[in-house]
Amino acid sequence: MGCERRMFRQASWNEKVIFDLGSPGRRGHTLPKVEEEIRRTVGDVTDLVPENMLRTTKPKLPELSEVEVTRHFIRLSEMNYGVDSGLYPLGSCTMKYNPKINEQLAGLSSLGMLNPYQDESTVQGILEILYKLERWLAEITGTYEVCLHPAAGAHGELLGTLLMRAYHKLNEDGNKRNEVIVPDSAHGTNPASAAMAGFNVVVVPSDDDGCVSLGALKAAVSEKTAGLMLTNPNTLGIFEKNIDEIARIVHEAGGLLYYDGANLNPLLCKARPGDMGFDIVHINIHKTFSTPHGGGGPGAGPVGVYKDLAKFLPVPLVALDGQRYHLDYDRPQTIGKIRSFYGNVAVLLRAYAYILSLGREGLEEAAEVSVLNANYLFKKLKEVKGLSLPYDSNKPRKHECVFSAKPLKNETGVSALNIAKRLLDYGIHAPTIYFPLIVDEALMIEPTESYEKEELDHFVEAMREICEEAYTDPETVLKAPHNAAVNRLDEVKASHPRTMALSWRMHLKKNEANR
Amino acid sequence: MQAIGIKSIEELYADIPEKYRLKKPLNLPNALSEFEVRKHVEGLLSNGKTCNDMPIFLGGGCWPHYVPAVVKEIVQRSELLTSYTPYQPEISQGMLQALFEYQSMICELTSMDAANCSMYDWASALAEAARMATRIKGRNEILIPKIIHPERATTLRAYAKPTGILTKQVAYDAESGQIDLKDLKRKLSDKTAAVYIENPSYLGFIEAQVEEIAKETHAHDALFIVGVDPSSLGILKPPGEYGADIVVGEAQPLGNAMNFGGPLLGIMACRDDLTLIRQMPGRIIGLTTTQDGSQQGFCMTLQTREQHIRREKATSNICSNEALCAVASAVYMSLLGPEGLRELGETIMSKASYAMQLLSKIKGVKTPIFKSAHFKEFTVNFDKTGLSVKEVNDKLLENHVHGGKDISKEFPELGQTALYCITEIHSREDIEHLAKSLEDVLSGL
Repeated sequence: MGCERRMFRQASWNEKVIFDLGSPGRRGHTLPKVEEEIRRTVGDVTDLVPENMLRTTKPKLPELSEVEVTRHFIRLSEMNYGVDSGLYPLGSCTMKYNPKINEQLAGLSSLGMLNPYQDESTVQGILEILYKLERWLAEITGTYEVCLHPAAGAHGELLGTLLMRAYHKLNEDGNKRNEVIVPDSAHGTNPASAAMAGFNVVVVPSDDDGCVSLGALKAAVSEKTAGLMLTNPNTLGIFEKNIDEIARIVHEAGGLLYYDGANLNPLLCKARPGDMGFDIVHINIHKTFSTPHGGGGPGAGPVGVYKDLAKFLPVPLVALDGQRYHLDYDRPQTIGKIRSFYGNVAVLLRAYAYILSLGREGLEEAAEVSVLNANYLFKKLKEVKGLSLPYDSNKPRKHECVFSAKPLKNETGVSALNIAKRLLDYGIHAPTIYFPLIVDEALMIEPTESYEKEELDHFVEAMREICEEAYTDPETVLKAPHNAAVNRLDEVKASHPRTMALSWRMHLKKNEANR
Repeated sequence: MQAIGIKSIEELYADIPEKYRLKKPLNLPNALSEFEVRKHVEGLLSNGKTCNDMPIFLGGGCWPHYVPAVVKEIVQRSELLTSYTPYQPEISQGMLQALFEYQSMICELTSMDAANCSMYDWASALAEAARMATRIKGRNEILIPKIIHPERATTLRAYAKPTGILTKQVAYDAESGQIDLKDLKRKLSDKTAAVYIENPSYLGFIEAQVEEIAKETHAHDALFIVGVDPSSLGILKPPGEYGADIVVGEAQPLGNAMNFGGPLLGIMACRDDLTLIRQMPGRIIGLTTTQDGSQQGFCMTLQTREQHIRREKATSNICSNEALCAVASAVYMSLLGPEGLRELGETIMSKASYAMQLLSKIKGVKTPIFKSAHFKEFTVNFDKTGLSVKEVNDKLLENHVHGGKDISKEFPELGQTALYCITEIHSREDIEHLAKSLEDVLSGL
């Protein structure tokens, strides 16, 4: 039974850049007036500013009325596509539905108007929320203590690698341990984070079954090894079945095992990284715990650690002494801080509400359905001509699966990029492409638990049609998208020094120069 | 399950070693209905007290400002809210254009040429700017002021230390709080990659010797990094006009609520210089056209700097950032415009000045400590009252007033001093109520 083809056409306003809108003298917002008494007492404040520090050239900001501002940004929003719009199977990004109740709670002024330095007696409620979230995340990951500070997954990785550094520094051979091992299937953030923490990066290859090569790992570890950063299930969606052996090799070499939490979703309440020997675990709140990604953030990337590492965590953590919650700064061996304050609290509050809404059983069900959905797509897409399946094609995947469009490209010239662009015409966001790097023409597909079978069928049908089209009418695919707000963009022009414009003023300047 | 040919979902988990499969249910709460979740969370939060419940005079890097209704409405548009990083630009033009406009407005406000679309916060932006400067200059020392937010200094050190970057603090003039130029000159050397100052400073005063600092810095071929609170830039000279090479700062005041300290919005901007731009971390949105040249469009650009391509050689590991907060800021700046931002700056400064005048009349109270112009924050010293900041604040709290941040441990040399903050949301009544309450507290009433 084929499903009815869905029509999609994205709004396409030729909306000007805001600097070209409005008119001098317009304003969209009024501020509270300075009271007469204050005005009289203080006088002209510009007299108070040292003369050389007074702004004399007005910033060239747009001048618009409130309704103009509203319309402009509403039009822009109409030229954007979110999880609420439809399928968003972006691999490794876990684009699940973002429950609306969480938005309303995070928007409460009883949170918004809290200053982080308020007296603890006035912030017991939010401290309780953060404290419980710390405990729940520790329970879910099987770690001893969780720090909520990191603002993103990569920020969590930075913290994790800084913790590795602090841990080894205490040992005699600490300074020698300057290598972090990452598999060739790792997220780019892993090596980048390790480098930021001052480590050299050693890459180990994957075996034919898509898992870390034990032989290569054994050869890579040494007295220089600080740790291994691993994603499990890995970026192919395959569970690292030798995790036991991997942990043993790394630990016996004196290294620490780091868990990249990008793919935690399928393991919720099924298995825990901490039990598998991972010493440091980061969690992507904006993936696994349903907080919206906001077009790039804010997210949150809490880090859980096993007992011996807890003393190095950034301060403060939330603690409970009997009845009262407080911010505990007493951690003499802390690595310090990796940001101001205590974390992206408004994001963390959404995760708190999510866990509470789903409960233990709901979280487990989410994990199961995400795996079921991924395996359904896996099975169905195997039948599509033009796609091949690198690495063990019989092994079930977890939350995501990675196909290669290499056969299609060889036969028709249509690449993974072109498939991705053509999918947009179906009102489907493209999967992650060209990642992991170990797969040519990779299409990395993660459906999450948030889609019904009909939606998944719609995706499969679209993929089948596009691959067929590649054989019959490749031009249409090569020139896609046709139904998005704009046609294929010139990304080279955007980065060419002659045309590069990273702001409106830079654009005007270049226009002038190129005239 | 039928389609895949399995009888139980457990079959899909068969490759996880048995000993790691959870046997016992985790210690997590049971599911609640939406109504119960709402009631529970609202109940917990209503235990707290916000600046809607009592006047609060705290800032310290996260400041109370009004967020206009339009801003809240736009950032709740689910097409923006629930989208991922715009990897597919053709279907993500809305987000991309909004972020480009944010970058452009930040450039106008700071008088710089290029900005990225956000860092996590001011502290991490500073740390990344320091890393950027050391890469560009091939030197490893960063000079920072003695008067700096301690959380920013701590963050900078945590980021800097592993790669051998040293931070040295420059002393301040005891009377004015301004950078001690002699000490700056002493510490500048051919090892200095960058000099960093904050304007307004952590303690609220305006650093006015900016031209001299820029000159000395550049004379040593170092970069000049300036940290800003952009709510001041409607009236204060933008760093681009006094020689800044890199600007960092905290744009939370422009359209983002405090949220107990996060999310925040780190600013990162630089001059139109390819060496700087290519070393700038983070996502950057650029203007372009469609391939046939017929339409204007936007996309992420200069991605070869980034981790997904350069891996360990990337300028930074940052990928998720604070994009939606940047959109909020863009909407905020559009609503206020140049006049609104000037008025915002003047309003804040007027009210803060009024507060300083009133408080300085109270016996035993000295405010501000430093003889310099102050913007929205200022120091209040209680040494002559015989009370500690904590004692004063505890008593104020009994009267439903929240005093300033206790900085007596951060700057012991300043004695029992608190950092007070006044913005446009504080009314004359709030300020007079504060003065009255302080008077009562100090006179032992």
